[in-house]
Amino acid sequence: MSMSSDPMILLWTLAKILVIAVPLIIAVAMYVWWERKVIGWMHVRMGPNKIGPFGLLQAFADVTKLLIKEIIIPTNANRFLYFTAPLLAVIPALAVWAIIPFDNGAVLSNANAGVLFLLAMTSLGVYGIILAGWASNSRYALLGAMRSAAQMISYEICMGMALVCVLILAGSLNFTAIVEAQAGGKGLFDWFWLPLLPMFFVYYISGVAETNRLPFDVAEGESEIVAGFHVEYSGSAFALFFLAEYANMILLSFLAPILFLGGWLSPFQGWHLGWFSQPGWWWLFLKFFIFATSLIWLRATFPRYRYDQIMRLGWKVFIPISIAWIFVAGLFKYFNVVTIGH
Amino acid sequence: MNHAILQMVCFIAFAVVAVGAALAVVSVKNTVHAVLALVLTFFSAACLWMLAEAEFLALALVVVYVGAVMVLFLFVVMMLDIDLEPMREGFIKYLPIGIGAAVIMLLEMLGIIGIKTLQVPAGPNPAGMSNIEWLGTALFTHFLLPFEIAALILTVGLVAAVVLALRVRTFSRRQNPAAQSAVRAAGRVRMVKMAASTTAPGPTTVGEDSQA
Repeated sequence: MSMSSDPMILLWTLAKILVIAVPLIIAVAMYVWWERKVIGWMHVRMGPNKIGPFGLLQAFADVTKLLIKEIIIPTNANRFLYFTAPLLAVIPALAVWAIIPFDNGAVLSNANAGVLFLLAMTSLGVYGIILAGWASNSRYALLGAMRSAAQMISYEICMGMALVCVLILAGSLNFTAIVEAQAGGKGLFDWFWLPLLPMFFVYYISGVAETNRLPFDVAEGESEIVAGFHVEYSGSAFALFFLAEYANMILLSFLAPILFLGGWLSPFQGWHLGWFSQPGWWWLFLKFFIFATSLIWLRATFPRYRYDQIMRLGWKVFIPISIAWIFVAGLFKYFNVVTIGH
Repeated sequence: MNHAILQMVCFIAFAVVAVGAALAVVSVKNTVHAVLALVLTFFSAACLWMLAEAEFLALALVVVYVGAVMVLFLFVVMMLDIDLEPMREGFIKYLPIGIGAAVIMLLEMLGIIGIKTLQVPAGPNPAGMSNIEWLGTALFTHFLLPFEIAALILTVGLVAAVVLALRVRTFSRRQNPAAQSAVRAAGRVRMVKMAASTTAPGPTTVGEDSQA
């Protein structure tokens, strides 16, 4: 960037934010369509197929419906917090994207403290959910909010520890540097999933729990507490919660490849397969697509976990594994077992 | 627009929000609103530190205080059934004490930092390293022992909190996850073989009367 004056930098940044945020919101709509389609196929149904080709416009029709619906405020709800809560859910979910790189250099802010920023923003998301549950002045909503808060705090710990393992090996908090640290002549066997295999699973499963998705969706739990924290929300306020949840799922599907599966690096790097060995954004998007679809697959496959089982998994299984593997990662680093970069 | 002016505008904006939110913590009626105002205070302070290029401190404040401590705090405050009126009665009475404490703290802080050093701009990052790199190197080389001792003290505090809160009840019933996982269908379900169709028992007697 050669532009020197501040207003130009501000305008340029604003343009870059739009270039990330608008496709993200469209991706959320397409992801919802893909989810309904895939679950439909898994249930031997058609899924949405009436509106637009292959039902592609179904998600946009749903969004339009939500936006023109009336927002009903429960009696005795705390009006200010009732309307602030969806915003508090969606703002961190969008703000994280500032530090997600899509290719070498294709990032809004190549911050040195990228991983810390990620942790800071994802830890803010829980406020939207707690406040929604409390401000609605409804028992089901409060129950959902409490469950969700406990769950998100528990799984944030092992997720953070998985990140610690990655940054011990990479030696950096910068996402671009983390991806470049996974480059090497052995292709996919140079990525961090191999030395950090247990943490890869811990991170992925904790990520699913963080986003309150099945099989960890006790915060919504239709069969127990109607819809959990957003039971009293309708119209565009509900749409914001929806947007935040799916944006977080897409984020998880980008982060898992960036941290453990070499981001935009080719799995065949150094295998001399011509075009297939070249790194590029398409690899990241391919990996993203596989992870995003796997989240849907989980939803269609597993029944909901019991609440005490969720807590047990987080505190008594994942955290001991994480602590042990941080030590192992330290040993890997100390004895130079893992090659970093080229 | 000058870069320094922009930074100054940002500083004033964050500072005003931080001070306003801090005042709201002690003045709003609703306790949940007060907790949220405290969250906003922390967040604005983090923004101020970010502006001063102390990015590790700023993000650690958000992760630890805003993301974890205040969430638990909010959790507790929401669960409490607080009668607000008696709590507010002493507000004016204790105000002079609060102001006195604040003034003493301000004087102490000014004493520590020294009024003159406030004028000196912060030095450049040592050896061109990023904030976090420098902090990590310092913590794990020069200050390794104090760092480990601090970690140990925190762990002791954690264990102490668990011991204080732990009530051993004599008749508590717990689940054994290993036993639950080891359950096999054969031990719980008895499969009964039945033919798909059976013939009706005994000869049919219907119709014998009507023949006569």
